[in-house]
Amino acid sequence: MALAAGAVVLLLCLPLVAIVWRTLQAGALLPALGSATVLAALRLSLITSAVSLALALLLGTPLAYVLARVPFRGRGLMEALVEIPIVLPPAVAGIALLMAFGRRGLLGPVLDAAGVSVAFTPAAVVLAQSFVAIPFYVRSARAGFAGVNRELERTAYTLGSSPLATFWRVTVPLAFPALLAGAVLCWARALGEFGATIMFAGSFRGRTQTMPLAIYAAMETDLGAALALGTLLVVVSALVLGIVHLAARRREAAAVGTEEWDPLPSDPAAIPAPVASAGRIVGR
Amino acid sequence: MNRRPLLRLAPALPLLGLPPLLVACGGEGGSAAGAPQTTPEPKELVALVASSLTDAFAELAEAFPRQPGNPAVTFSFSFGASSQLRTQLEQGAPADLFASADTAQMDAATKAGLIEGTPRVLARNRLVLIVPRENRAGVSGLADLAKPGLKLVTTAREVPVGSYTRETLQKMAADPAFGAGFDRRVLDNVVSEEANVRQVVTKVQLGEADAGIAYASDVTPRIASDVKVFDIPEKFNVVAEYPIAITKRAKAPASARRFVEYVLSPAGQTILKRNGFIPLS
Repeated sequence: MALAAGAVVLLLCLPLVAIVWRTLQAGALLPALGSATVLAALRLSLITSAVSLALALLLGTPLAYVLARVPFRGRGLMEALVEIPIVLPPAVAGIALLMAFGRRGLLGPVLDAAGVSVAFTPAAVVLAQSFVAIPFYVRSARAGFAGVNRELERTAYTLGSSPLATFWRVTVPLAFPALLAGAVLCWARALGEFGATIMFAGSFRGRTQTMPLAIYAAMETDLGAALALGTLLVVVSALVLGIVHLAARRREAAAVGTEEWDPLPSDPAAIPAPVASAGRIVGR
Repeated sequence: MNRRPLLRLAPALPLLGLPPLLVACGGEGGSAAGAPQTTPEPKELVALVASSLTDAFAELAEAFPRQPGNPAVTFSFSFGASSQLRTQLEQGAPADLFASADTAQMDAATKAGLIEGTPRVLARNRLVLIVPRENRAGVSGLADLAKPGLKLVTTAREVPVGSYTRETLQKMAADPAFGAGFDRRVLDNVVSEEANVRQVVTKVQLGEADAGIAYASDVTPRIASDVKVFDIPEKFNVVAEYPIAITKRAKAPASARRFVEYVLSPAGQTILKRNGFIPLS
């Protein structure tokens, strides 16, 4: 088990270490930080992925709640539908977005009449990112909401809390780990989105050229810039993930105390008999 | 028995496997193209080919083995922007052949020591202006390229068609009919730098872009009904030259050489002409 774990750690760490090492070796990081193209890509990536995440939280949370709590006909189908972009290859997502929102797409005439042209704008980038990333958040949030102990919500309600207040002060905190994990995945997926973006939004510095697209373009001309961009992405991702995990760990530690390695002993007789603990709420 | 401290170290064990692995991968013994062939050549030719040659090479690959006297090989193609293919070659992509859409990329590959022998020009091409069939932007000629608000797509400068496009625009700017600064104004209308010329064509074909500059050969029967084509006069146009060469790392150099000869032969040139290219003679 440890060997398998170690192998995976190696597989995941080696490429990350390699790119940071090569970048530092080539001395490519500092010149890149001064490059207008790199900074434009960094800014665009951070802004568009943040907007996509905001859309996920705003629109995805109600959807996840409904999917988790409201039994309606076709709910299973809806759940499956929402998860399709997760398994869909990004290139297919790009084509699908073009067929829906493109000039000759289904909504093309409508958008045209409204004078709205989505293609080649940052809005298109956000659309592409949202399409592929929001399902990650919805999936995790739905599981989170479904796992909340209804008894606790009812208790809060009987204590005089309004449904909305109950949602904010009981449901969300209880579902928080799932919501957070979903949000992180969603943001990461949006940040790394390439295929759908390049097909639907195009690639233009400052407008639609996000970091993955900038890396792709830089690879042909300036490997150093590509390496630097890649390293920046690794660093930014590591920073955000680190902060998020630290925050989550603090919350967990505050709630349940620190964790200890507690494997099953080789002798079943060594397991102590269960003790009835006071004050445990039994969920129905 | 306290196994815990050791178990904690276990995830690091695979790192012990790293040095032997690196040694094994570092000692690569590939057969150089010039070494005497004691083992028969692989029956597959791997070629990195410029995207504008997609249809032509698919046909050539089909016809080549059927000709009597030619080796019965299968082809594995990687189509893309010549600059991207050159980068892949530099990074170690295995290939027998490299067919570029301009001499600049082939020269870069040669300078990097990736090419065996001298490249041969296999065909020529010229640029055309294409617009979607509805032509919502009302493009009636080359001068409209500088119309403010026009959505033009092209490629990055390093991609051959992007380089040729800028060259053509510069020629136009030097002509009083278009005026100085024409190229600046047209390039200001660029809304996207696509990965290769076929992506440029697709964006125009889909009506997403108002205009694009591609090769004459890219107006294939498949897309001809979706676009309108405007000719670019000789005096502004470029003559795109397509060099082809065998790579130093080729695993099947003899077959590769036979294929290059076939492409340059009358039979091969006919296929290229049929696909919209300008044959050598």
